Amino acid sequence: MAEPLFSVRGLKVALPDMTRKPLIGRAPLAEILKGLDFDLPKGSVTGIVGESGSGKSTLGRALVRLLEPSAGSIGFEGRDISRLSEAELRPLRRDLQMIFQDPMSSLNPRHTIFNIIAAPLRQNGLGDRLKERVAEALQRVGLPQSFASRYRHELSGGQRQRVGIARALALSPKFVLADEIVSGLDVSTQAQILTLLEKLAAEMGLTVAFISHDLSVIRRLCQQVIVMREGRIVEASATDALFDNPKETYTRDLLAAIPLPEIDPDWLQPRAPA
Amino acid sequence: MSACLDIRRLSAVLPNGQRVLRSVSLAVQAGEVRALVGESGAGKTMIGKAVLGVLPKSVRVVEGEMLIEGEDLGRLDAKARRNLIGARTALIPQDPLTALNPSRRIGAQMTDRLVRILGWSGERADKRIRQLLDEVQIRDPERVLKSYPHELSGGMRQRVLIAAAFAAEPRLIVADEPTTALDVTVQKQILRLIAQLQRDHGTAILFVTHDLGVVAKISQKVSVLYAGKMVEEAETAALFAAPQHPYTRALIAATPRYTDPYASLKPVDESVLAGLAAEIAAADKEWRPGHG
Repeated sequence: MAEPLFSVRGLKVALPDMTRKPLIGRAPLAEILKGLDFDLPKGSVTGIVGESGSGKSTLGRALVRLLEPSAGSIGFEGRDISRLSEAELRPLRRDLQMIFQDPMSSLNPRHTIFNIIAAPLRQNGLGDRLKERVAEALQRVGLPQSFASRYRHELSGGQRQRVGIARALALSPKFVLADEIVSGLDVSTQAQILTLLEKLAAEMGLTVAFISHDLSVIRRLCQQVIVMREGRIVEASATDALFDNPKETYTRDLLAAIPLPEIDPDWLQPRAPA
Repeated sequence: MSACLDIRRLSAVLPNGQRVLRSVSLAVQAGEVRALVGESGAGKTMIGKAVLGVLPKSVRVVEGEMLIEGEDLGRLDAKARRNLIGARTALIPQDPLTALNPSRRIGAQMTDRLVRILGWSGERADKRIRQLLDEVQIRDPERVLKSYPHELSGGMRQRVLIAAAFAAEPRLIVADEPTTALDVTVQKQILRLIAQLQRDHGTAILFVTHDLGVVAKISQKVSVLYAGKMVEEAETAALFAAPQHPYTRALIAATPRYTDPYASLKPVDESVLAGLAAEIAAADKEWRPGHG
């Protein structure tokens, strides 16, 4: 296996629990991630799957240091970034990019697509040859050059998500966090976006953490899978091994709960015969 | 015997003249689960709303008939129509949190419809609701009835709404993406419950969903929609065994399957969409409202 880009040890994250916040004063902390150990090998796509409340999004946000862990270490290219200050993180930001779930709310409605893609380039001192770089970013995701002058509301859901990908990849990052990036899309569009991400990840040698609740999508795209539940890792292994021979009951339950598009009269029976 | 729901050549337009439903006909037999499947903009939710008489004001029905158990809704005055729809149909919505009033207890909200619309006594309604909560396997009805919606999990809220939908023994339930917001393991429990209650009560269900996986598991018949037009209608088993329309085939091929990662998730071919656009343009050209 390739050497890890990320090497995470004993990662804990605690966040304020707003449901238990007193009227006056601070909300008590709730531990969301309860000690995680894993590696993300360089140039591979890792699926992170779990149900709501499993901590999968929190894990993603800790990796790109939008959150500060309460304990443990996050090794990125051999350096622990878990305690770095915002100023110390700045030079790393261009290597740690994100694609969001909902491109409608992650694209500024008042900026043209050109400016949306150009913003991170400008911020990272790549303001020269902007036109060329944006054109290249659009071409990479299969959008026509004329889209540069459009606004987000003029685009379909799939096109918007392509812009999100173009923006994340414009800086040629080392790592991309993709958090439920196809869950708001129709199946036909979903297939296009996944095929695109699959192709770009391979071409650019990207390391990707692909967060999803959909194991079917993960099997296609990812080389390894981390299954999460209630802030812990239930099972982590190579994709084929996980699907062909899931070790944990919870993983098997998750797989059995997926309604596949094929007829199976037993599926809804209270206890499916073995 | 007349169908439980009979929709004939239903067309609806937006104020700008754009058609959102294109001469849709479909008949749902008593006790049948009929899936309406399609992508966004297909008109599947619109059909559900038309059946329940809650189309948005901006949508105008310009042709077609709708019959519930043989009674033509178009021939009834507004009040009689509301009463008929209220007595014979019910809704299981997508998002139970917006469907429930956040400031009232679950119990009061569940008996409301029975008492205020159907004129049941409070005692009878209360008894009925407890019976249904038992059927949806809620083991602590006291706590649930006293709870406010935010105190229950998503799965519990959906159970409550399923119980409420079946409470007045409607003949037809419109289930509008009832499991889309749920985790897969909860989705399976909820689908199982809907199927169980549907069988026990003999209720017909119009099941709106975008997920062909859910269609395969829950329905006996299925209508595939695209841009407000019925593209294909078939027995569910037949649809998956031998899909007839290129769009149906493309949709099935695009749906992810972990058992077959490379045969699934196929992007829909441009030629399929072009073919659909041509089909729709041809139908629109022929179409004259009121002369169908």
